[in-house]
Amino acid sequence: MSRVRSVAVANLVPILFAVLCIGGIVSAHISLPLLANEILVRLGRNLFLVLSLIIPVVAGMGLNFGIVIGAMCGQIGLIIIENAGGQGVGALVSAMAISIPFSLLFGWLTGLLLNKAKGREMITGMILAFFANGIYQFAFLILAGPVIPLRNQAILLDSGVGLAVTIDLKGTGGILEHLLRPSFPFLGFKVAVPLASLLLITALCFGIRWYLRTKSGQDLRAVGQDMHVAEIAGHNVNRNRMRAILLSTVLGGIGHIIWLSSIGSINTYQSHEQVGPYAIAALLVGGATVVHATIWHAILGTLLFQTLFLIAPIAGQELLGSPQIGEFFREFVAYAVIGVTLALHAWKSRRG
Amino acid sequence: MTNPALKLTDIRKSYFGNAVLKGVSLEVAPGEIHALVGENGAGKSTLMNILFGMPVIEETGGFEGTITVGGEAIHPKTPSDAMEHGVGMVHQEFMLLPGFSVAENIKLNREPVRKNIVSLLTGPVGPVSRALSSLDLARMNSESRISLDRIGMSLSEKTKLAGLPVGHMQFVEIAREVDKKTAKLMVFDEPTAVLTETEAAELVATMKALAADGIAILFISHRLDEVLEVADRITILRDGELVECLDQADASIVKIAALMIGRDLPPRELPARTERQDSRPLLSVQNLFVDMPGEEVQGASFDVYPGEILGIAGLAGQGKLGIANGVIGLYPTRGEIRLDDKPLSLGQTLSILQEGLGYVSEDRRQVGLLLDESIEFNIVATAMQVRGKFLKGSGPFALYDQKAARAHANRLIEEFDIRCQGPSQAVRRLSGGNQQKVCLARAFTLEPKLLFVSEPTRGVDVGAKDRVLNLLVDLNRERNTTIVLISSELAELRQISDRIAVVSGGQVAGILPPDAPDVDFGLLFSGEAVRS
Amino acid sequence: MMGLMERIGWTRGILAIFLVGLWFVTIVATDLDFSILFSDCLVRTGMNGILVLALVPAVRGGVGLNFGIPLGMICGLLGTIVFMDAGIRGPSGLFGSMVLGGAIGALAGWAYSRLLEAVKGQEMMVGIYVGFGAVAGASILWLVYPAQNQELVWPLGGEGLRNTLVLEGYFKQLLDRFWSFPIGSGFFPTGLLAFWLLLCLLVGLFLRTRVGLALSTAGANPRFAESSGINVRAMRSLGVILSTVLGAIGIVVFSQSYGFVQLYKAPLLMAFPTVAALLIGGATVRVAKISHVIVGTFLFQSVLTTSLPLVNDLIQQAEGGEAYANIPEIARLIISNGIILYALTRKERA
Repeated sequence: MSRVRSVAVANLVPILFAVLCIGGIVSAHISLPLLANEILVRLGRNLFLVLSLIIPVVAGMGLNFGIVIGAMCGQIGLIIIENAGGQGVGALVSAMAISIPFSLLFGWLTGLLLNKAKGREMITGMILAFFANGIYQFAFLILAGPVIPLRNQAILLDSGVGLAVTIDLKGTGGILEHLLRPSFPFLGFKVAVPLASLLLITALCFGIRWYLRTKSGQDLRAVGQDMHVAEIAGHNVNRNRMRAILLSTVLGGIGHIIWLSSIGSINTYQSHEQVGPYAIAALLVGGATVVHATIWHAILGTLLFQTLFLIAPIAGQELLGSPQIGEFFREFVAYAVIGVTLALHAWKSRRG
Repeated sequence: MTNPALKLTDIRKSYFGNAVLKGVSLEVAPGEIHALVGENGAGKSTLMNILFGMPVIEETGGFEGTITVGGEAIHPKTPSDAMEHGVGMVHQEFMLLPGFSVAENIKLNREPVRKNIVSLLTGPVGPVSRALSSLDLARMNSESRISLDRIGMSLSEKTKLAGLPVGHMQFVEIAREVDKKTAKLMVFDEPTAVLTETEAAELVATMKALAADGIAILFISHRLDEVLEVADRITILRDGELVECLDQADASIVKIAALMIGRDLPPRELPARTERQDSRPLLSVQNLFVDMPGEEVQGASFDVYPGEILGIAGLAGQGKLGIANGVIGLYPTRGEIRLDDKPLSLGQTLSILQEGLGYVSEDRRQVGLLLDESIEFNIVATAMQVRGKFLKGSGPFALYDQKAARAHANRLIEEFDIRCQGPSQAVRRLSGGNQQKVCLARAFTLEPKLLFVSEPTRGVDVGAKDRVLNLLVDLNRERNTTIVLISSELAELRQISDRIAVVSGGQVAGILPPDAPDVDFGLLFSGEAVRS
Repeated sequence: MMGLMERIGWTRGILAIFLVGLWFVTIVATDLDFSILFSDCLVRTGMNGILVLALVPAVRGGVGLNFGIPLGMICGLLGTIVFMDAGIRGPSGLFGSMVLGGAIGALAGWAYSRLLEAVKGQEMMVGIYVGFGAVAGASILWLVYPAQNQELVWPLGGEGLRNTLVLEGYFKQLLDRFWSFPIGSGFFPTGLLAFWLLLCLLVGLFLRTRVGLALSTAGANPRFAESSGINVRAMRSLGVILSTVLGAIGIVVFSQSYGFVQLYKAPLLMAFPTVAALLIGGATVRVAKISHVIVGTFLFQSVLTTSLPLVNDLIQQAEGGEAYANIPEIARLIISNGIILYALTRKERA
């Protein structure tokens, strides 16, 4: 009996969330096949991003709030492709390819900053995200058009200066999702599976697993456990941490492109902002902590978090007559999860 | 000695003008177990840091002298450097990663790898290719197994380190050094400090096995009985100099202890003292237990008589520092403490200070001072909180009376001869000796009945040491302040104390007059007397 | 020259020069009425000043920059809503809101301090999330608040309080206009600035009392404080409580000056600029003085307040320049967060 207890305590957060989800599903009276459909789509949309958060945790840098920077780079790649009028899978892949050099550059700057703020990576990453957002806004609200050669009128504001608030992804929207979309019967209905996205994600999972078993991955793990010991053993701590951030930023860029393509449009000035906290919350919901994150955490967490995200407004409507409350509730939950995890982490490290 | 495994010649090192090693030379033959003993501050750790290429040495100006390992002259600037040249080190704080398995720790940063598709794509050789090669887990485990067997450890190489008992972790570190196969010399830094009796015995056996294999061993320890049991030769350091190098046959615990602590200082002219009033103790400590990590007190009892200077001596880690910290209430404490026959509430620092105890911490910079505040504030801060002095009015919202504080500070700056630019100067800028005087001034401002002073001359240059001691004597004679002086410098204690209590194993081993012979002190220091 | 810059501090010096430069350009190159501009700078300084002041007790107590200040703001907002709902107008409404908000703030601050005690070392991170969580939680509260006063609720039978409550007729600009006198076409908000400076004075005095010095000592070196008999835990709590209470008072003053009570997401947007203003004034994660508050708030707010109309005017003067209207807002983002980043990456002295 006590074994059950200790398992329960260790996995408190995911269990709690599972309960919330089940409760929500029941009270929302939502049809299960419809739910399954939506969830699969959301998994395909979000899981890549969540997975890209794993490596910095392994490298001891905590939750990468700077993933927003990777998202911005991904966004840049997509914008450039849309500007050029690209279409189809090729355009999508090109967008990803274009995002990589940006991710490498800004990821490198991020890594430099985080290496200077050892012990405070998370808050620095967070503020950096806000700061970078300011720069991003400057670039795309002011410089886009006159200075940065984006000329496609479809994506600019009427004045010709600055990008439109919403950019429809005419060329690359929904590509991945619909690429391979077999349907399966489920409870009498047909559920469509976005196979291409899921295959891509599966590839990433295996990729991460493989990487962590290479020498380079082992080095990251060593540095992540104890910087001092790793240094004595001859590891270049700064370089390893930099590597982790670069990987995370590049993957974040690609992951955000997948997300945007799935949504079908870019909310130019806001899409990237929301990415960070929600992806992090998802990882934590799966049972990850500031110092320990695995692929299963990402998968389980995204599943639970996205379900709750979907359900909450509907349940709010059914239970309290207000979807708004449901919306605020899910936001509150997302932040609460992160806050509580951070608090727990701090408390545990104090106890030593 | 022909072809020693390790030869140190005239090693010198200073930290910011303070000479910590003043020309140490020693030799260790292959297969010899050579112990290095000395009090804290004698230079042992610095010597080890130099040998192992720890960054702190280079960062503070490097060192002088030569090191040869196996005949080859080396000047290590990083631990990797030292390791490459055959120096293996088993640290006091384990350099291990708890989340890795035993094998992963043994092979840390030397993991054997296998090629895979990706690494082949990135070229046959080169750092990128190696970085992306997969870990050869099978080889890691099997090779680790061999090293573990070599030192007689049966534990599985696949277990995660985190769950292992501390003693086993030590062995993993040893196995790591052995696995490197290049170690000609292995340095053990306080290896048995955290081990149980059985584990310590296992360790000793392992060391002997390694020595029999031809590896030279240099081992630092405070446990003199172990040193005697296992070492072939023993080097005693004191104040950065080599005092003597003994063969095992010639050594005894008492002799070693005496060499570690004995130093001759000229006798000091002490001013006369007014007749002692009564023979009732001012402070009575019974069965004191203090949980101060590294300096635990385990049942100390002693009395302090009014108007005396009681010295408290003892080797590092034996508990002398824990006594003062515990009495003042900074660490969890059990026992009975009576001041003027009134019991004190343990752990309630404020009330203890209000009852009339004062305290100058051994950790001057971290505990004793507000480094970024002015001298005057440092001096009055405690008295203000404890006695409500230097305030206009009374109650919690009484305003700071800076004028009064400044006047007082000026007085003390003159009286204590604190060399500074003025009372508003930040304390951080002062020299160690002057900082110490500020600490004393702060305690003095509290006007305590009894003052605990811990390590007052640590990190203070020779000239200032004298002045600090004089201040203490003046405090005692002119103001009748009873002083409990805790110090690792036995010589100083012998200069100014009326009686000296020796702490060993967390208890008071005995109390001696300052002029008792060295041997008597050595006996108490070593703990022989308490144990027998 | 270099010596002078070092003494003033590079950030403050550069920003001061920049500000004067902006003013110069405004006077010379535009038709804008400088007196109104200057008056606005003063008003915005007074509006935000108390919030910046609120950060000081927390820094002094050793808990770092209080990113959780939105918690205090929400307490102040709640106090205001209660009084507005009861229809209490004028000075009673204003000061009543402050008192009630402060009281709620004290309770909330106490609870917050318990949390921070458990997470010592990560206070700033946790603070950010407490801020977020409080705002989200409060949003739910605003939605279900049983307001009687129709002016506060969404029209047409909507649910919950409006996004923005209009203070016209309650205590809008009560402090601002108190004993104010005209400067050119603008006015000098005497009451507002006087109230702010009065609070600054009180806090400054408090920091020189026995308790205040115990607070600062506990924050500067907890071990020293312990060995002087100070109850470090209690002092840290005190710092957080004071910070939250001042935050509550601060938002009430802000609202009365602005003329609107902003609910829902608004407090979040105010936290970071407040921290930035303090840092610009010369504070760090561990050191904060009243002078930092005064200088920092004035510089930060003045730069922001001046740049907006200046840029707008330059835009109108230029062809097709409307697109550049957003520059001040963006600049604010960049400057605030850049400053905080800088403060975070500075090495702490051992």
